[in-house]
Amino acid sequence: MSGSLFKDAGLVALGGAAGSLARWWVSLVLPAGSGWSWATFAVNASGAFLLGLLLEALTRPGRERRGAHTARMLLGTGLLGGFTTYSTFALELWERVRSGASAAAFGDAVLMLVAGLAAAAAGLAVGAWLRGRRRGTPTAGAAR
Amino acid sequence: MIAVPAVALGGAVGAVLRFLLDRGITARWAPTFPAATLLINVTGSFVLGVVTGLSAVLGPVWTLALGTGLCGGYTTFSTAMVDAVRLAREQRAGAAVVSVLGTVLWSLLAVAAGLTLGSHWAF
Repeated sequence: MSGSLFKDAGLVALGGAAGSLARWWVSLVLPAGSGWSWATFAVNASGAFLLGLLLEALTRPGRERRGAHTARMLLGTGLLGGFTTYSTFALELWERVRSGASAAAFGDAVLMLVAGLAAAAAGLAVGAWLRGRRRGTPTAGAAR
Repeated sequence: MIAVPAVALGGAVGAVLRFLLDRGITARWAPTFPAATLLINVTGSFVLGVVTGLSAVLGPVWTLALGTGLCGGYTTFSTAMVDAVRLAREQRAGAAVVSVLGTVLWSLLAVAAGLTLGSHWAF
């Protein structure tokens, strides 16, 4: 495992660069006004769904296979980890609080977190379904 | 156009820092709670606050590289959400709630502290 640390870091770096560029592009396409940011919401909700889907679809009993490990590093830790952001979410919330709109900030936070949790749960469910379909057996209750 | 490699490089470095920190913490303490992700998101929010406070001094390219790139690539919303859902599914709803609420509250405090500090340094 220690021998693959450099390779893993390389995959994460590549994915992180691409994910960050994609997030930046979304922020340019969906510019934030003075309040609610659609860019952060879109990036975080879609990223939570896709990460749930990816991790669950890649999960198999026993040792992780090489292809699954590469995909998890490049697409999961790298691409989707870099695509989604917590710091911008926190900064935008704080800017709302500072401008005196604490109630709106609270609403934004609830909406983002509920949407993020629902998206992650949906992604995990779709990932489990895909995994079961590929193997041709139902996986309900299978240990991960 | 220097902004494109600036964001890419910042994002790559941020993602690798997150990966190494997460792996290091998980390997050393094997926590049953996603403490590494919480630490990453709170510290990344603090740094983004500092960078935003200093943005007038840093200029647009450095602000993009360090804010959008480094802090954005370092912090992660998707892992925080997937971790919380997995905790809830393992009948650990209390830990899930603590991780979700703890991360958002501490990150908010961290970004506010960073912004105050950064704006102070900018003068």
